[in-house]
Amino acid sequence: MYVIIAGAGKVGWNLARELIAKGQEVSLIESDHRRYRVVEEELEHAVQYGDATELWVLERAGIQRADLVIAVTGDDEDNMLICQVAKEKYGAQRIVARVNNPRNVQHFRLLGIQPAVSATDLILRLIEHEVPEYGLVQLLALEEERLEIIELEVCTGSVAAGSRVADVVLPDGSLIISVLRGGAGFVPKADSVIQAGDQVLLILDPGLEEDITPQFAPPAGASVDGAGRR
Amino acid sequence: MFILIIGAGRVGSAIAKRALEDGYEVSVLDTDPLSHERLDKDPTRTWEDMGGRFTVGAALEVDGLIEAGIEEADVFIAATSGDNTNLVIAQIAQRRFNVPRVVVRVADPGRAAWYAEQGLHTVCPTQIAIDQAMLVALAP
Repeated sequence: MYVIIAGAGKVGWNLARELIAKGQEVSLIESDHRRYRVVEEELEHAVQYGDATELWVLERAGIQRADLVIAVTGDDEDNMLICQVAKEKYGAQRIVARVNNPRNVQHFRLLGIQPAVSATDLILRLIEHEVPEYGLVQLLALEEERLEIIELEVCTGSVAAGSRVADVVLPDGSLIISVLRGGAGFVPKADSVIQAGDQVLLILDPGLEEDITPQFAPPAGASVDGAGRR
Repeated sequence: MFILIIGAGRVGSAIAKRALEDGYEVSVLDTDPLSHERLDKDPTRTWEDMGGRFTVGAALEVDGLIEAGIEEADVFIAATSGDNTNLVIAQIAQRRFNVPRVVVRVADPGRAAWYAEQGLHTVCPTQIAIDQAMLVALAP
């Protein structure tokens, strides 16, 4: 596989190193001359000097035969445009873009740049996973397939607490796929009983969250704080 | 007709002032509050006195674009100093806000040509300079 990586910052350099170690052919492109010199000491001919947003630089790197183009510069506009020309002008099979400012995710989406990876968003999700005060945590969104996996806390007094899985009323297009209890997880059967304090993982069509959460929320009038918490 | 110009540099401010004089409604957005000085008619008459609008904001921030009037714009001109910023915001104006006429300043001739093929109205000062210089230099 031939991989072009734009941007030899911490992310780009380490990605290049890992991919080369796995036996892939890599060209890393860096526009800052001093940085280029530093990286070249280690990666030698696998790094090229130039501005990857310029077409001739991409062509010199052989973008026509690239299987994968990864844009991980510190500039979101650059990453968007590198991926856009890679995909639309040169027909790159796969692209990956780094999002520096999560507020720009909407622009990546508008230009059809997928996947666009935001480190800030990833870390936020991990924090939410560790600190379930947020109630609903989106664990995974498969945008192309239009599926999501979410995690919900089962609150004391909720409809689901004490119910069998088969008796929890869920909208079509959603399914409980796992129950986390006491630090361990299991795949429930129809007659498994859900308990207050469990976390449940559901797979669903995007947009069904609002129909699902009432089953796991505390009864109306109860204080949200402390319900179902240990 | 309402014109929104992003970037109050030499190009953006000159277009803004001329369009306002010609009777168009003009709004300018720039990250630098000091760039406003380029728009003032003279020390006694400010840009706003002449009827212009000015918003401080980053071109990629949707809130700023809306505040500057992108939803009502008939013409959108991307004239910041950065090619990449211009190409991204022009596509945002075209695809997301459906601005009928979008003009983009692109210094890099290679990409100016390719994005023009993709349906953006690009203006390339570099290409114009090359053509003009060739014309004069190689004149018989």
